[in-house]
Amino acid sequence: MVDQDIRNLILDIIATVAPDADLSNVVGHVRLRDQLDLDSMDFLDIVMELRKRHKIEVPKEDYQQLATLDSCVAYLGPKFQAVTAAR
Amino acid sequence: MDYDVLIIGAGMSGLAAGIRLAHFEKRVCILERHYAFGGLNSYYKLRGREFDVGLHAVTNYTPCGARSAPLAKLLRQLRLTHDDFALHPQRWSEIRFPHHRLRFSNDTALFIDEVVREFPSEADRFRRFVEEVRQYDDSRLDVPYASTRSVLTDRLREPALVEMLLCSIMYYGSAEENDMDFVQFVTMFKAIFLEGLARPREGVRRIIKTLVRRYRSCGGELRMRSGVRRILLNHDRAVGVELESGEELTAATIISCAGFVETMRLCGEDRANQAGGGSGRLSFVETVGILDTLPRRLGHEATIVFFNDGERFEYARPGAPVDLRSGVVCCPSNYEGHDDMAEGVFRITWLANYDRWAGLDDESYAGLKTGYLAEFTKQAARYIPDFARHLVDVDMFTPRTIERYTGHLNGAVYGSPRKCRDGRTEIQNLYICGTDQGYLGIIGAALSGITIANLHVLSQS
Repeated sequence: MVDQDIRNLILDIIATVAPDADLSNVVGHVRLRDQLDLDSMDFLDIVMELRKRHKIEVPKEDYQQLATLDSCVAYLGPKFQAVTAAR
Repeated sequence: MDYDVLIIGAGMSGLAAGIRLAHFEKRVCILERHYAFGGLNSYYKLRGREFDVGLHAVTNYTPCGARSAPLAKLLRQLRLTHDDFALHPQRWSEIRFPHHRLRFSNDTALFIDEVVREFPSEADRFRRFVEEVRQYDDSRLDVPYASTRSVLTDRLREPALVEMLLCSIMYYGSAEENDMDFVQFVTMFKAIFLEGLARPREGVRRIIKTLVRRYRSCGGELRMRSGVRRILLNHDRAVGVELESGEELTAATIISCAGFVETMRLCGEDRANQAGGGSGRLSFVETVGILDTLPRRLGHEATIVFFNDGERFEYARPGAPVDLRSGVVCCPSNYEGHDDMAEGVFRITWLANYDRWAGLDDESYAGLKTGYLAEFTKQAARYIPDFARHLVDVDMFTPRTIERYTGHLNGAVYGSPRKCRDGRTEIQNLYICGTDQGYLGIIGAALSGITIANLHVLSQS
């Protein structure tokens, strides 16, 4: 799975969690919280949707790894690979 | 049957908690004592007409796009859209005292202008106060109690203004007599004056049906006429419930919307005694009059009127069955988009004394009701002089009705004055949400369910 795929899967989740957010110009290195006005409830939702859709677990101490789109891709990349390999 | 989570009560908070949990694939079952959903906010049919109880207004109304507002959060969390509740904003409402009237609408500027007009010396202080409320984070779960009366008398000078603010806010959410926890005051002040009032054309049933449909579409199970007789404990853990039918269900977590004291009672006499008293004392009667025309056509245009006939506002259990000196008038057809309703509805809510209604035999109960129905017509004529001539049907619910449908002891609409904001009880996997968690209003109740489900189930697993 290439980075762009992962990026799209994350944006899909954000589109579900925050359907009113404008996702057309998300900048990779800027905190999602600041760009999209996401709150802690939204972040919990992103984590929960990752588990529901992709069977990926994000422990609480790693929530900060989801701060930006770039950091999401870096952190979730290996997890997506592991899940895909396990299938 | 074994579940991840059992929820006691299919009110707003239980349904919202259930949607969150079912959406994330928890095995969840909501147990409702009655054949009707909604708990405190419900509806029924009588003589061919639809009646609403509870809901006067959906407070916390914000238009589509106000992302950080409670309504938007609720919709996002439940994967609903702004259109799902079909909310129509109010026109205008007012707080009416003998020497002052304050109008307000969903535009905060009107309310501030009105306060400045009626109380010119308070202009700066009131603006500062509004700003203080705006900045206050009332969603926090760990705020220590502060007396609203003390805060208000510290920030403002005009006693009449303090009383008028208290009258409106307390009627829409205070479980405490004559005072209120400041954090709850802030929640309700934002919900009414900084956000606004709205109503679905079909009334509360629209909201309840939307939540039930959403819950079921997520795979949640809902069992009606399934009252809980007791919560089964194993030392300090809840292991399940026994229904009134005798059936036992087990679960890893139990969330109760039954009220704090009421929930402790379900855990046994000892637990109830340990929890102490603390159930609420405030109840209401509400009379719903059906008119052959809309109140607007008879000159009554306000959506909601909070009224008080004295200088000082007394918010306490009255000695008499009903305290007629203050109350709330609500006209559902005075929301926008309600003009084509075939009949008008005029509701008055008053404070009531539970004990004066509860112990009566059927005949005395009916007699007392008849007496207050006559009083209703008389009081309504203060707003619509020709009221009696247009009245075609009327129904009244009392503290007794409230107790029956909410299960709240004493018919305490707003539950116990003591709130468990983080939802925890002394039993480690038993949590409280809804009225006794402490978020207020319909949107607040649903957010209460969401918050407790998120905090104690979803972010733990």
